[in-house]
Amino acid sequence: MILNHLTSPAAGPGRSPSANDFSRRSFLQAGAAAGGGLLLSLRLPFATGDAEAADGFAPNAFIGIGRDGQIVLTMPYVEMGQGTYTSIPMLIAEELEVDLKQVKLEHAPPNEKLYGNPLLGGVQATGNSNAIRAAWQPLRQAGAIARTMLVSAAAKRWNVDPASCRAQSGEVLHPPTGRSITYGKLAADAARVPIPKGVVLKRAEDFKLIGTPAKRLDTPSKVNGTAVYGIDVRPPGVKIATLAQSPVFGGRVKRVDDSAAKAVKGVRQIVRLDDAVAVVADHMGAAKKGLAALVIEWDDGPHAKLDTDDIVSELETATLNSGAVAQNIGNTDKAMASAVTKVEATYQVPFLAHATMEPMNCTVHVRKDGCEVWVGNQVLARAQATAAKTTGLPLDKVVVHNHLIGGGFGRRLEIDGVTRAVEIAKHVDGPVKVVWTREEDIQHDMYRPYWFDRISAGLDEKGMPVAWNHRFAGSSVIARWAPPLFNNGLDPDTTDGAIDLVYALPNMHVEYLRVEPPGIPTAFWRSVGPSHNVFVTESFMDELAAAAKQDPVAYRLVLLDKTPRAKAVLALAAEKAGWGQPLPQRVGRGVSVQFVFATYLAQVAEVEVSKDGAVRVRRVVCAVDCGTVVNPDTVRAQIQSAVMFGITAALYGKITLKDGRVEQTNFDTYQILRMNEAPAVEVHVVQSSELPGGMGEAGTSAIVPAVTNAIFAATGKRLRKLPIDTAVLKQSA
Amino acid sequence: MPTTIKVNGVDRTVDVDSDTALLWVLRDVLGMTGTKFGCGMALCGACTVHVDGVATRSCITPIDSVSASEITTIEAIGATAAGAKIQKAWLDREVVQCGYCQSGQIMSASALLASNPHPTDSDIDDAMSGNICRCGTYVRIREAIKQAAQSNGQGG
Repeated sequence: MILNHLTSPAAGPGRSPSANDFSRRSFLQAGAAAGGGLLLSLRLPFATGDAEAADGFAPNAFIGIGRDGQIVLTMPYVEMGQGTYTSIPMLIAEELEVDLKQVKLEHAPPNEKLYGNPLLGGVQATGNSNAIRAAWQPLRQAGAIARTMLVSAAAKRWNVDPASCRAQSGEVLHPPTGRSITYGKLAADAARVPIPKGVVLKRAEDFKLIGTPAKRLDTPSKVNGTAVYGIDVRPPGVKIATLAQSPVFGGRVKRVDDSAAKAVKGVRQIVRLDDAVAVVADHMGAAKKGLAALVIEWDDGPHAKLDTDDIVSELETATLNSGAVAQNIGNTDKAMASAVTKVEATYQVPFLAHATMEPMNCTVHVRKDGCEVWVGNQVLARAQATAAKTTGLPLDKVVVHNHLIGGGFGRRLEIDGVTRAVEIAKHVDGPVKVVWTREEDIQHDMYRPYWFDRISAGLDEKGMPVAWNHRFAGSSVIARWAPPLFNNGLDPDTTDGAIDLVYALPNMHVEYLRVEPPGIPTAFWRSVGPSHNVFVTESFMDELAAAAKQDPVAYRLVLLDKTPRAKAVLALAAEKAGWGQPLPQRVGRGVSVQFVFATYLAQVAEVEVSKDGAVRVRRVVCAVDCGTVVNPDTVRAQIQSAVMFGITAALYGKITLKDGRVEQTNFDTYQILRMNEAPAVEVHVVQSSELPGGMGEAGTSAIVPAVTNAIFAATGKRLRKLPIDTAVLKQSA
Repeated sequence: MPTTIKVNGVDRTVDVDSDTALLWVLRDVLGMTGTKFGCGMALCGACTVHVDGVATRSCITPIDSVSASEITTIEAIGATAAGAKIQKAWLDREVVQCGYCQSGQIMSASALLASNPHPTDSDIDDAMSGNICRCGTYVRIREAIKQAAQSNGQGG
């Protein structure tokens, strides 16, 4: 198996000819094939007339089969570690009847008509843990249609009934006569077969690939140093630039003295923009030295005195007023008034940076008549559009090469880094790779929003919740990123995990107030809305169990009769974790259960709190029901990963502003969980034939309340603000 | 002034300031992009290479300090016994996600295994805690190191 153009030295300025050839074709909507569910209405791009590509058979935008037999799959979703470059090929290969080792992968070029994400409003985006959900039906269809056409071509050649043929491992077989022929030899004939109106997809019991652990296709190049990320591209003559952007968001460059910087060996050019200065050099060492030698005077602008506390108090004040009603079940006021016990609390979660291991970077070559961009990005068509807008060139004069992504987590759903690189490249003769220092990456991120919550509940005489009232304020990322999805003061992400709880709550009222903070940009972040809402709701459910003097698992189970899949994962996680078994002093177990990204997930965290307040997560047990599993090993890997990501946030994650400047700079002040702190993580996957759910993010939202609930179990201290304040966990003498 | 360094057994002469970090020489001057930039301050380990067999953060290693040394990078670590075992274990255990930090992880793990054929959990913590993985592949890194160590056989 080859990752075409994904490994050096093939990567670089070369285009992906077959992908681009396919994309130039015109496409129409396919007839709905077999199967059901919400994906049936999707538009799948199929070739209009013949399916003949220049060099073979290309029945749709995802599959190309050359006359030489080479099978090329074009990946509509980008690989950033989540395993999509294995699971998407599995969907196609299952129906196409080829082995994974026979396929070559290419990144899709920017083309929203062909590669738009139907679950993200048609934006060509990889995010929201929805690649498998979005691809489940159409990409299996794509494979089935291609296979059907290949079988037809073989049957015609042999003059036999297509029903007497079958496809297997890249060949069509005719068992009655023992004949066989490879897809490559059929490519030219298959290209002339009319595209079938409908195809029958395989039954789950006939799956050969789906549901079996597949080796990741991108791994070999990532263990021997040949994988090419955006930061690794080297078009001939490329210069390296690094930059300083206004330390206060919205500030401007007032004055620059670049005489010392220009004297640094290897520095070629200083580029001054309105709100940033870049040093262009032969290598990053010279660029960084040049940057350090620059004397820049900034006009800090309107946010020069902004502190995080100002933003928090604005959010807190906002929650005193009513907001947009996101959920309303029963009559919460009335139920609250008649409750035996009332519990109320406020919660807060901080701004967070993404801190992807691959720092922000983008390589651009601006010419008079065109622009070329090399980048690893989650929204390729937007990358192309901003390059066109910034250069003033027509869209078709901008070529964007996508690359492997060294961590996305939502950071690369933004195009600020592309825009910035093009702004710089306009002043540079030849290609320039703009690489942000880690400090620049952390201090000019776009951040997971700060949210402030007020929540209350009324309990009956048995301690069970009869009223649930939740109101919160913070930024809506969707309102900026996909305005059509923000309606009546609400969006589907910001309230995710707050309004459709797994529990039977007879009276429930949830309100959201969109409050955009000044002077700090916000963006998606692994698990976004649920990363906030699940912390609040699952912590508060734990508070209710405590108020009712009941066991946190038993209390939840009573409320889960109407959501059997949630109940099952909770029971399984509790059992596997040894819930209820004795633990040493200052060690506790905490639980969470959630349904977000169309996946049910329960986690039990076992946490130790030392006498000086230090928190150590020792063990995490997860039970997941994500419906039909495509690659079981990836499901496990994604939960393991998301758990570490969430623990990092719980223990350390915090971005703060002082005088308008982000105070954190590098991995010393923005800490990431390390090997010596990493818990054992067990993942138990429930067998299911339901539609697939998302796996990339769910583990992050679930772990945070599991950890803080465990801290409560260990110490009696309820933590309602993140990150965890170890000072309050010190054992009093 | 030109400086000569020996990378993966080959002498390479480069003309950069003598205090230029080895990382930039490898990546930007010699075009060996397997070694990654993560922090620039020896905080994350993405840039780890071997200098005379010792895991070293190339982002803070001035080039003039290694002109008499043997430098090994991810591109050649598979030619060493420990490196080959680690790479195989990484594949067998499906350690990798985004993969960006894994060059550095593999270099740190290879150095550990070369000097300590049967590392304990505590040895693994000590050797690997300087390498951040934002995808959090730590569980599998630990398993893979143990698998590679097992392939060293009893008594190593």
